[in-house]
Amino acid sequence: MMSIIKASKLVHEYQKLGEDGRVESSYRAVDGVDLEVEPGQFIAILGHNGSGKSTLAKHLNAILLPSEGSVHVDGKDTRDAEKLWEIRKTAGMVFQNPDNQIIGTVVDEDVAFGPENMGVPTDKIKKRVEEGLKTVGMWKYRSHSPNKLSGGQKQRVAIAGVVAMHPKCIVFDEPTAMLDPIGRKEVIEAAKRLNREEGVTVILITHYMEEVVEADRVIVMDQGKVLMQGTPREVFSEVELLKEHRLDVPQVTMLAYELRKSGMDIPKGILTMEELADALVQEKKAP
Amino acid sequence: MSIKLEHVSYIYSQGTAYQKRALDDVSLEIPDGQFVGVIGHTGSGKSTLIQHLNGLIRATDGKIYFGGENIYAEGYSMKKLRSKVGLVFQYPEYQLFEVDVFSDVCFGPKNLGLPKEEVEQRAYEALQQVGLKEKHYKKSPFELSGGQKRRVAIAGILAMQPDVLILDEPTAGLDPKGRDDILDQIALLHKERGITVVLVSHSMEDVAKYVERIIVMDEGKVRYDDTPRNVFEYYKELEEIGLAAPQVTYLMHELKRRGLDVNPSVTTVEEAKRAILAATGEAR
Repeated sequence: MMSIIKASKLVHEYQKLGEDGRVESSYRAVDGVDLEVEPGQFIAILGHNGSGKSTLAKHLNAILLPSEGSVHVDGKDTRDAEKLWEIRKTAGMVFQNPDNQIIGTVVDEDVAFGPENMGVPTDKIKKRVEEGLKTVGMWKYRSHSPNKLSGGQKQRVAIAGVVAMHPKCIVFDEPTAMLDPIGRKEVIEAAKRLNREEGVTVILITHYMEEVVEADRVIVMDQGKVLMQGTPREVFSEVELLKEHRLDVPQVTMLAYELRKSGMDIPKGILTMEELADALVQEKKAP
Repeated sequence: MSIKLEHVSYIYSQGTAYQKRALDDVSLEIPDGQFVGVIGHTGSGKSTLIQHLNGLIRATDGKIYFGGENIYAEGYSMKKLRSKVGLVFQYPEYQLFEVDVFSDVCFGPKNLGLPKEEVEQRAYEALQQVGLKEKHYKKSPFELSGGQKRRVAIAGILAMQPDVLILDEPTAGLDPKGRDDILDQIALLHKERGITVVLVSHSMEDVAKYVERIIVMDEGKVRYDDTPRNVFEYYKELEEIGLAAPQVTYLMHELKRRGLDVNPSVTTVEEAKRAILAATGEAR
């Protein structure tokens, strides 16, 4: 099976130009990253600010182009200018700030913007808008004004706009960072549903560890490099390494780690409350 | 100096179709030196509440006292109140505007009419207090990272040397490292300078870790006002108003339900660890 996303030895260098236009200094935001994503996967990318995760994300639909190495989206090289539209159609993107992504004065017009620009015939646009809004649970708001919506609702409208373009893959760049807990839940649910029910490949970039426990694979970035990757359980087994890089672990994972350290017999890589409760009840029964 | 609210109500856009009662008969007192958390979902009235504390919004009804003085009394100096009660808005880095970091922090004290030396002294101290390194002082604020910018914005308020520091979601949009840095710094200020801190937050884990009292807002009313431990006892009720308790609180209740003899009123990882070790230790 062909990978939907394949980055090989990807390097991205930001350059600071002096007043005379010459390069004053440069900075490697992404430094030799290999990444392969299979169609239908749900991948989470973690890392703190400046780790390179957003720069990496912007390579996945050719907003940025490699300084070195290469990125292929559904087999197409992102440096091939003629394939740009196809690449953007294949990999959609949802950004952090909902207010920066909405342009329509009415919800359904906003969602129609993408497919309209792709030249989709009018009768089909209507159908796509309906599908998109229904997928994110915003259909009943179709004739509302976006500026009367909550942050989570706006973000779902932004997702519907991407869905209406029928991408195979959606990159979510910290879609919940500016939302309250309810909004966060709504957006993550929408992303998971797209992955589960529509088979859309999801790449979720986030700071919130609770959002990644159901991912197929977690990739941790640090200083432009992949620090570690694996299933959520594998990654969250490395509590010490995560702490060392000042990344968060879910509270129950932290607690399980602390209890293990205190000599209790609890398995590594606990991710949910139920797992820890099971382990503790088991441990109590043991002689 | 303490802040006291007596039967405060606020109605937005009174007399129009958008009329909304954002605060509904709120009475509470924040004593000197307390570290208070305010939680509530979006639209619960928490931002409206804090904007009353330094007189940015004037109550439709009720009275507010700062250090025993009625702030709505004729001749009361709102300017003085605002220099004593500092408010850091959400995403305060959007308000940075000066040519460099140091000038930006000087802006507040300069407007208090202080002599230049004192203005600079205060700016310097404030930047030290938020833990920003000196090499950044002459940089443009736009060259800094999100967390650094936010610290500059907080320093701008600290340079006014307020008695009360109010922060509206100071960690929104920051990564875990930036979040811990800022909250630790604020906790240190509270401890060392005895400054009163009012922290508005969506993160129950953060609130549980830092504050000594939680005020829960819902539909413009104070729903709960107690220690974190007591407030999170109402985790089921909190869920009904769009909030939640810290993950460990749920765990402890689940353990109790499954017959483990633990004290479920726990709000931090450290407390949970102690409670579980105590319970299982006894079992053996």
